[in-house]
Parts: sequence; C-alpha cells; structure tokens
Amino acid sequence: MRKRGWSGTGQWIALQTILFKEISRFFRIWPQTILPAAVTNALYLLIFGALMGRRIGPIHGIAYLDYIVPGIALMSVITNAYSNVVSSFYSTKFQRHIEELITAPVSEWAVLAGYVGGGVVRGLVVGAVVVATAGFFTQLQVAHAGVLLAMGTLTAALFALAGFINAVYANSFDDISIVPNFVLTPLVYLGGVFYSIELLPSWWRTVSMGNPILYMVNAFRYGFVGVSDVRLDVAFALIGGLIVLLLTWAYVLLRRGTGIKS
Amino acid sequence: MSALLLRDLRKTYGNRLEALKGVDLEIPEGEFFALLGPNGAGKSTLISIVSSLVNKTSGRVEVCGFDLDRDREAAKRCIGLVPQEVNFNQFEKVANIVINQAGYYGIPRREAFVRAERCLRQVDLWDKRNVVSRQLSGGMKRRLMIARALVHDPRLLILDEPTAGVDIEIRHSMWEFLRSVNRRGTTVILTTHYLEEAENLCRHIAIIDHGRIVVNRRMQELLAEVQTQRYTLELKHPISQVPIIEDYAVEREDAYTLIAEVPPEGGVHGLFTRLAAQGIEVQGIRNGSSRLEQYFMRLIAESGDRDGTGAAA
Ligand SMILES: Nc1ncnc2c1ncn2[C@@H]1O[C@H](COP(=O)(O)OP(=O)(O)OP(=O)(O)O)[C@@H](O)[C@H]1O
Ligand SMILES: [Mg+2]
Repeated sequence: MRKRGWSGTGQWIALQTILFKEISRFFRIWPQTILPAAVTNALYLLIFGALMGRRIGPIHGIAYLDYIVPGIALMSVITNAYSNVVSSFYSTKFQRHIEELITAPVSEWAVLAGYVGGGVVRGLVVGAVVVATAGFFTQLQVAHAGVLLAMGTLTAALFALAGFINAVYANSFDDISIVPNFVLTPLVYLGGVFYSIELLPSWWRTVSMGNPILYMVNAFRYGFVGVSDVRLDVAFALIGGLIVLLLTWAYVLLRRGTGIKS
Repeated sequence: MSALLLRDLRKTYGNRLEALKGVDLEIPEGEFFALLGPNGAGKSTLISIVSSLVNKTSGRVEVCGFDLDRDREAAKRCIGLVPQEVNFNQFEKVANIVINQAGYYGIPRREAFVRAERCLRQVDLWDKRNVVSRQLSGGMKRRLMIARALVHDPRLLILDEPTAGVDIEIRHSMWEFLRSVNRRGTTVILTTHYLEEAENLCRHIAIIDHGRIVVNRRMQELLAEVQTQRYTLELKHPISQVPIIEDYAVEREDAYTLIAEVPPEGGVHGLFTRLAAQGIEVQGIRNGSSRLEQYFMRLIAESGDRDGTGAAA
C-alpha cells in the first residue's frame, strides 16, 4: 500500500533527519563502532594472510591473502550493518525515545529507511576501512567495481534489516546478542570467507550451498578478483528475494507496533 | 470545531485491565482544559491513545477534525505532547533533541534551527543547548519536553503532569508561559495532581476515575458549588477533645491543630467567637485545602464507595 505523503517532502525530511542522526551516532562513538573492526581485521590479514598464507598457496590461481580480503571485508559489512541497527533501534526502544517517532507524522517507511540506511552506511564505512587496511598487506585489484558495490550495499541492507527485526523482538540486551553470536557468526565463518568450497568434501559442499552468506561472499569476491564458486545471477536473485522478504516483515512489525505499542 | 473529540473510547490492556470504560469528551478549540483524577484513573492512557502511543480497543478519536483512524498523519501534526515520563535520548545534546523533533515533523533543517532556538529560549534552556540532556535537572528535563512539543507549532498542546517535581518559582513561570501559549490560540490539555494548579490555570475541568469521566464542567460552576471554605487553626493551648460547634464541621488534627469547614453565612468571625466561648484561643489561621481540592476529595471518596459496593454500572 502506498502511503499518502510518502512522496511528500515532509517524509523525505523526516527520513534525512533519522539517517543523519544515525550516522552521527556511530561516528561520534567511533572507538566502539569503527576502530574494533579495523584492528581485528588487521590481525586476520596479518595472521592468515601474511604469515600463514605463504604456506597455504594460491586458490583458483589467486594469492591466499588476496583471496580472503574480500571475504573479511564483507564479514565486517555484515556484522557492522547488523549491530548498528540492532543496538541503535533497541536502545531507542529501551530509552523510549521511539515515542518521538511514533507520535510524529513519520511514515513507517521513513523510519525503516532511516535506521536501515544508517546500518548500510556503517557497514560500508567499516568495509572500506578494512579494504584500506588490506592495502598495507597486498596490492588489491578490482575486477568489477559495479558488482562489488552492488553486492556490498545489498548485503549491508539485508543485514541492517535483519538487525532491525531482531531489535523489534528484543526485550533485553541478551536478546540483541544471541542472533549475532549464535547464528550470524557461524554462518559467516562457514560462508567461504577463508576458503573455496571446492576444497571441501562433497557432502559439506552441498550443505554449504544452503548458506546464503556463501553466495554474497563469492559474488563480492568476484568484484575484486574475478572468481566465484557460485553463479552471480543466482547470488543477486537470492539476496534480492531475501531483502524483499525481510523488508515486508519489518514493515508489518512497525505497522502493527509489535514490541512498541500496547 | 473541537480540538479533541472522544466517543465511547475504550481501552483494555493485554493483561485484561480495563483502563478506559467508554469515555466521551469534547474539548473546543482555544480551551484550557484540566484532566484530573487519582493515580491509575486512566489519564495517561487517554493521552497516549490520542497521541498514537497506545492502540485503542474501540471508540472514536478526532483531533482538530481529523479522525485518528482515517487521517492519522494529519491528526498527529496537530498535537504537541509533553509526556509524563522523560522520553528523549539522554545521550543527545539538548539542541539536537528539539532540532530532530522538527525534522520528524517535516520542517527543513535551516528552519528547524531557528525554531529550536526560539523554543529553547522560551523555556529558558538556550544556555544549555550544548549540554548532554542526561545532565539536566528534573525540572529542566520537563522544560525541554515542553520546548520539544512546541517546535512544530501544534494546535493542541497536551501536557501530562508537566509540573511534577518542578520548584515553585519555575512552576509559576511555567504557568505564565502556558497561559501565553493558550492566549495565542493553542488549545491546552493538562493533567496534574496539584489541584491549585488546575484551579489557577484551567477554565474547564474533567475528572476521570476508574476509567470513566465522572465530572465534566466549567471550573467556575464547579467552584461555586463548593461553598464552604476550609481553614486550619493553630491553638494557643492544647486540647484533648474536639469541640462541638453548631453549623461548623470541626476536626482535631492534633492537640494544637483544628481543621474547620466554614459555611459562608457564619464566616470565620463566628467561628472564633464560639471557640472563645469554649475557652479555646486561636493563635494562627491558615487557608486549608483549595475549594477544588475539597470537591475532588469528596467526589473520589463517593466514587470509591460506589465501586466498593459493586453498584457502579
Ligand atoms: N502498558 C500498560 N499495560 C498494562 N496496564 C497498564 C499499562 N499502562 C497503564 N496501565 C494500567 O492502566 C490503568 C490506568 O493507568 P494510567 O497510566 O492511564 O493512569 P493515570 O491516570 O495516568 O495515573 P497517574 O496519575 O498515576 O499517572 C492503571 O491501572 C495502570 O496500571
Ligand atoms: Mg499518568
């Protein structure tokens, strides 16, 4: 349903306000939001890439370090997009200033776009920091910038949405760390960040194909080095479908006031 | 046109608690309206429904002619809300809270800065604009919420206990400020437990108790009904028994204090004379509770009795 006023400048200004607020929030607390990712990923690059990578040898003819940089960058995009929205929106609820948005004539779409947009920007900023850090260890090439940017942005959007949904259902600070720790992290690590699934036994390879993050990591990696374990069209169709699904879910939750209104 | 129109408004919370049991209310534009009632009566529930924070169970709400179900956005634009409890971001700077609020109402950023300055100056918080809001005192937080509520020039300003925990001086300047807001044409609805405040500010009053409106009339009319004045008398010598004095209801608070209800015919003078006749000397006299307070207490006591016997329909 198209809401009256969505196209209006009023909603657009409200969206900008939320987005600006969200972006300034994570920049203001950058030692918590940007720095940790830069440090952890520099360590990954140092240990797995520069030190062990020499012994591991190339994958698909690509130096191991270059092979893992895209995966590590996308891992940061995923966790940062997710955690930005889940913690910001949960604390908005927890501190009750969500009430400012509910009493104001802001449409559900503007609220959603503002928070998810904030998560996307955080994901991309941290992703860029990680790629820049990698520049100290290796000479990165970019094979397909369009694929890279599109997959990076879509992945950020998907996980920002997931973080939003998590925040809506969350009733405690525990609830906002369960999904990232017990669902997201395993899926990311098993999503082919550090290896090609061709190196796996066949049964495990089959199981891995059921992990959506595998498709995103591979498509994103294709943007850098031009090789992928999966088909690009499949990867984009999958992420598009998932985004539509979560977007609808998040919108319905907001519309109903789930976890917000009594 | 009415600033607020409620028709058979009902709310049952998830725990099956019936907070509003069919409220009808009509508040004309330009009114200064007091919504009173004891703790748990349903005042905040009513206000939260009007400002979209709580979903109603049934009934109709119209704000400045806009139906809340059909025209929610337009209705929201008309309302400025000062909630009972602090609900701004405690880690945000004072100015940003007001500026962002303007943004949520679609006011462009540059204009938002101008308005935020105006509103913060009006409530004497401009000096604090760069302070993180957590560091404000309780009274300042309330004033910040008033500034925030006014930034989009609402036609209807709703304040849920705005003066709770505010010192006397600021309370009086807040009253003056609210009067001036009302004079400029904004309808004001206020809840408070300070009846003196309602008596001072409001021209119309509704009392809600156990989710029902039990009184809804003009302040003057209501006050005229409370004929007797209450006084507290300080005695020179202690007394052990309540003196019985015809025409006056006298209660003993302690050995040195009496509370007397004085009807208009007899006056305070008559009371003094009769007390003196019994050898009781009065050293000092204080005006007791306000007339509204007396009315209120009587009413709530009555309605409590009714509920106790289960006679309430
Ligand atoms: N979110 C909620 N869930 C369940 N019950 C609620 C909720 N909010 C309020 N109530 C109940 O509804 C009734 C009315 O509460 P409300 O807050 O409207 O009273 P009030 O008149 O504002 O009281 P006060 O003067 O103390 O602020 C109370 O019995 C309260 O316990
Ligand atoms: Mg209340």
